[in-house]
Amino acid sequence: MKIHVTLARLARKTRASPKEDEGVATGMVGAPACGDVMKLQIKVGKGGVIEDAKFKTYGCGSAIASSSLVTEWVKGKTVEQALDIKNTQIAEELALPPVKIHCSILAEDAIKAAVADYKKKHVDQAAG
Amino acid sequence: MDFNTDHFSLFELPTRFRLDSTLLDQRYLEMQSRVHPDRFSRAGDAERRLSLQWATRVNEAYQTLKKPLSRARYLLHLSEHDVGSENNVLMPADFLIEQMEWREAVAEARAAGEHHELEHLHHRLQHDIAQRYDELAALIDESHDLEQAADRVRRLMFIEKLLVELDEAMIACEE
Repeated sequence: MKIHVTLARLARKTRASPKEDEGVATGMVGAPACGDVMKLQIKVGKGGVIEDAKFKTYGCGSAIASSSLVTEWVKGKTVEQALDIKNTQIAEELALPPVKIHCSILAEDAIKAAVADYKKKHVDQAAG
Repeated sequence: MDFNTDHFSLFELPTRFRLDSTLLDQRYLEMQSRVHPDRFSRAGDAERRLSLQWATRVNEAYQTLKKPLSRARYLLHLSEHDVGSENNVLMPADFLIEQMEWREAVAEARAAGEHHELEHLHHRLQHDIAQRYDELAALIDESHDLEQAADRVRRLMFIEKLLVELDEAMIACEE
């Protein structure tokens, strides 16, 4: 599928998107079961500490709450510590019902994906 | 009638993705009229229970086969190919980016009340969906590549959800 984004929209998007900072990494995940899409961006500073985190989630309330919670939780943690966040903790904190557990899994996987992206970029930079 | 047959055999239809929906509707109505609990209102308890079970079974089979996405999932399930929708969150990045863009476009048009733009997106999405189902049909019925088919099904699960969101946005704009 190719999306023909209209030119006006594309221009708007280009302006709106922040510069690809060196320490900024993105994790994109999606759950087919519910069709939810989640994007988590982390800004990693010295010593691998996550200084800031942002999310954009298209999905149900539980998915939005889960991603919002992890942006709070990862701030101040190192990328390695962030990987210790488990979906069970997210589900517990938000008191998610069993049918919404996949939302917390999605949020956990978003962290993993963002950290993986950070590491990939980091290795690329070290190698280059 | 046998409770253990699959949905296709139940309606005496070939086990394949491409399906004659008129024939499915016709067979469904025939069966439904044969097993409908109303016809058994004067029958004994056991017979009434059985008719209710059958009516439920026929309904479930019809609902599964009627919609292309659930039909595809069911076919994969019959061949023991798990779509893995519950634990498969690592979709290809380019696909997810596209999904994100679609959803952003829908959300923006909805917020701005641009009904025309939503209609345009709707038209494009339906065209895209039709193409995807054609591709899925070829993968299942012709090349029998069920791995690829499972991947296409997972993608369609996102896209069908997007279509629902788009429909909702259009209704919200009309109000």
